[in-house]
Amino acid sequence: MKSLQELAEIRERMKGKVALREGENAIRIVVGMATCGIAAGARPVLNTLVEEVQKQGLSDKATVTQTGCIGICRLEPVVEVFESGKEKVTYVKMTSEKAKRVVTEHIKGGTPVYEYTIGEK
Amino acid sequence: MKELSLHVLDIAQNSVKAGATRLDILLEQAGNRLTIMIRDDGCGMSPAFAAAAADPFTTTRTTRKVGMGLPLFRLAAEQTGGTMTIESRRADPADGRHGTCVTATFFTDHVDCAPLGDIASTIVTLLQGNPELALTYVYRSEAGETRLSTEEMKTLLGADVPLNAPEVLEWVRAYVSEPPGADSGG
Repeated sequence: MKSLQELAEIRERMKGKVALREGENAIRIVVGMATCGIAAGARPVLNTLVEEVQKQGLSDKATVTQTGCIGICRLEPVVEVFESGKEKVTYVKMTSEKAKRVVTEHIKGGTPVYEYTIGEK
Repeated sequence: MKELSLHVLDIAQNSVKAGATRLDILLEQAGNRLTIMIRDDGCGMSPAFAAAAADPFTTTRTTRKVGMGLPLFRLAAEQTGGTMTIESRRADPADGRHGTCVTATFFTDHVDCAPLGDIASTIVTLLQGNPELALTYVYRSEAGETRLSTEEMKTLLGADVPLNAPEVLEWVRAYVSEPPGADSGG
């Protein structure tokens, strides 16, 4: 059973940790969350990205954010990865499984998963 | 949309885009009738825009000329024998109040009624993207009530822990997933 009191415990646990997280997040992972994205399955993709970034210890390196319609609705769910000094990588027709691989290989490993990007067929 | 909870997420994103600082999501199951209400204090719509908002060819988006959010939500309700209504006001010079309230009713025993689905994921997604939002979520049924208020959460979390911290989102998912009526225990 969850209680509100657990939030006070989270607060205690996170003392001192939060400031650390606010360091330079060099990578921005953006998920299209307009009607087209949501209908195509963006919600589980977003939640998987958030969970994996946390699980793989990448919270000070990457942030996951949401945006509206990116304009290529038929290829949703769309995920864009922005990294300073590098070209934007656009992933299309994403799933939770693909999202896990993107976090492991691209965000953590530094190599985009080209087969999921918009340029590849 | 395969789940009603996805419509809730979609309509709530409209609220966010309308600059809402406060968002109430109320779900009430009474017998075979489910009422979903999404209410915000966003910029509101003009009477003409509100009247036309359930038409796919009315939209504020700039990437294309159709907007399917409200039309799909209305269709989802109407195909169960239910309805969808929109009440909206732009800032009133007299009292400054503004915002939009979308209410839809569903007959959940109708064969064409989509399941509510993963409402916890919808709430988590909203908080993840909008940690500053004053969000109230209430699910009410004969079995009891589940209630989440980000303002209450903020009092307990203090100023330093954002609502979209992974630990907090994990707690929210578990809390919202519990069946209503389970004693919140404080």
